[in-house]
Amino acid sequence: MPNPSSPRQNGHQQEPSVRKNNFEEVAHTFTHEEALLEADRCLNCPTHPCQNACPVGVHIPAFIAKVKTGDIGAAASEIMQTSLLPAICGRVCPQEKHCEGHCVLKAKFGSVNIGGLERYVADTARAQGALKPPTPCENTGKKVVCIGSGPSSLACAAELRRAGHDVTVLEALHAYGGVLRYGIPSFRLPREVINKEVETVQEMGVKFKTDVLVGATITLTELLKEYDAVYIGSGAGLPMMLGIEGENAVGVYSANEFLTRVNLMQAYKFPETDTPIRVGKNVIVLGGGNSAMDAARCAMRLSPETVTIAYRRSAEEMPARAAEVEHAQEEGVQFEYLVTPKEVVKDEYGHVTGVRFTRNELGAPDEKGRRRPVEIAGSDFVMPADTVIVAIGQRPNPTITKTTPDLKTTERGVIALNEKGETSLKGVFAGGDIIRGGATVLLAMNDGIAAAGKINEYLGGK
Amino acid sequence: MQENQILLKEQLNEVVMKFVIYKPLIAKAAKAGQFVILRGREGGERVPVTLVDWDAQKGTITVIIQSIGKSTFMFNSLKQGDCFLNILGPLGTAVDVANYGTVAVVGGGVGIAEVYPIAKALKEAGNKVISILGARTKELVILEPEMKAVSDVILPCTDDGSHGQKGMVTDVLKNVVEAGEKINAGFVIGPIPMMKFTSKLMLELGIEPYASLNPIMLDGTGMCGGCRVTVEGKVRFACVDGPMFPARTIDFDELIRRTGEYKDREKTAVEHYEKDHQCKLGLH
Repeated sequence: MPNPSSPRQNGHQQEPSVRKNNFEEVAHTFTHEEALLEADRCLNCPTHPCQNACPVGVHIPAFIAKVKTGDIGAAASEIMQTSLLPAICGRVCPQEKHCEGHCVLKAKFGSVNIGGLERYVADTARAQGALKPPTPCENTGKKVVCIGSGPSSLACAAELRRAGHDVTVLEALHAYGGVLRYGIPSFRLPREVINKEVETVQEMGVKFKTDVLVGATITLTELLKEYDAVYIGSGAGLPMMLGIEGENAVGVYSANEFLTRVNLMQAYKFPETDTPIRVGKNVIVLGGGNSAMDAARCAMRLSPETVTIAYRRSAEEMPARAAEVEHAQEEGVQFEYLVTPKEVVKDEYGHVTGVRFTRNELGAPDEKGRRRPVEIAGSDFVMPADTVIVAIGQRPNPTITKTTPDLKTTERGVIALNEKGETSLKGVFAGGDIIRGGATVLLAMNDGIAAAGKINEYLGGK
Repeated sequence: MQENQILLKEQLNEVVMKFVIYKPLIAKAAKAGQFVILRGREGGERVPVTLVDWDAQKGTITVIIQSIGKSTFMFNSLKQGDCFLNILGPLGTAVDVANYGTVAVVGGGVGIAEVYPIAKALKEAGNKVISILGARTKELVILEPEMKAVSDVILPCTDDGSHGQKGMVTDVLKNVVEAGEKINAGFVIGPIPMMKFTSKLMLELGIEPYASLNPIMLDGTGMCGGCRVTVEGKVRFACVDGPMFPARTIDFDELIRRTGEYKDREKTAVEHYEKDHQCKLGLH
């Protein structure tokens, strides 16, 4: 019998005082006992609102039922019917917005910890050698190339391979994973997990290649001669800056640069690794999204005295996941709300010494319903800092669109799709941040899976 | 023959090596003024290096590397037959090669190698090419025969007078103009102070200057913004918008400050390597 009223298992975490000094994963995977206790809470509702709320449609009650039987390999296969990257999803999906947000137990007892269970299944099945990628369908003889190796492209490539196509993934950097690798820190998503998920996709027969920047190394037009279809999942990849005085002072990083140094280049291991990073005594992170949290928490691990996240609205409007904000706070990151950066202050050597802010109050809601910050006249103040990280978002990188004149974009620079989800070029599909401008891993993966379906149709109908 | 393999290695002087590498896709796509990003080992840095030459038919690219820190020292220790771990490119915007009339092409030190493909392209476009090659001393003047082959006039100069005229590239340029040469555009690559002063002089002499910038870079694809430079009062990314910019409005002082950000860390890296390998890299 299910036991919904038993307390929700939240697993164990590294203590904040310990983890703020290392890059090891914050949360531990469930133990077998924890997993069983948590799985037992699931009511296996026939209407499965959790599954309906999952953009990828993971068979949630079914996989949890298999956890209860102890056949973790079978649970993994159940998840992999719809999602081929379960160890990543279990860790970085905003479950509170999707599956767990719709769990019938939510109000009374607290939702089933679906993310924790998914992660447990992926990690355990993999450790047991029971995480088996699905056998691809018979070869179709069609060749497809996926541009980028981030979550969107990886998901698309895996699904296309499952359908029997000959699939190649092209990555511009020297390591696979895209934003999972350069953006998300190892304490949220260990590098080993990314490596293993990529290996699983490789085992299915997808070919991978590093150091190919489409639009530079080879053009999209050239790719179309070699492949029957193209998926563009090249991500955002162009940092937005503030455009304020002093922004090029020494000591000012974009979040992309800061995170890439730490995560992709592993600058925190310098001089064992060769890429340096500099974090001063006082760090200010400008922005309130997940990248801002990641940057602040990375900075915290590089031994500054203070790390402050400065956000122009209040805590309520902050776009970052609540859990990330909480983790950052536990680790000692401070928050300064309702402030707008006006100038990066620097010394005579051009090195940053602080940020001049204006204080805001909340005004009327904007088009998204978030209350707009309104500056309070005469409220300027300078907060001292020797490192400033600008984390105010990204736009699509124009490398491909600039070199492919026939590929239509919107005024925001994202690739335009028609009502059927196709780009303006025949055989070219796109998804993830290159059509969204800057969204989540889950939405990117979902776009990749959806596009794989469209590409199948396109290739089948040819 | 495999991708990234060094087919030919040639020592140009004590600290400068030339590599011919098998990399067909880049060889096919390369244009003058573009660069590649090299990585030598796991854990290694991504280092931007100018494409000096390429041969689409043979599938090769040529780069010239000066040992200035740990990474470049390690690149230069690679042997013929070895492979670079990663090579990404061609990156950056190609130089706008047009027939300007008469052009001055100015290279300082290893910048001579970087300016060579531009001189070659300008010559092919029908320009009268006056090349000024500057270095501290004779041994550091590299690629002189190659530059000669693509120039109408070639003027080497050294600080110590051991080769060509004694003096700096700016002295030579001034003499050329004073002797009555009308120059329409100038392309300069070398140490930042040299580019700054040469560009300034060019403006005074009525020559439109262009300089190729070498800020700190990471990915080289426009993703990180570490290579921010100020040109015409606007923030530009050298990796995608450049590396060549109209030099009239480049904020060279900011560039000098930003490229100096990790000087102490570079020293740490060298010391760490020397300690590990119980050796001296002999870098200056």
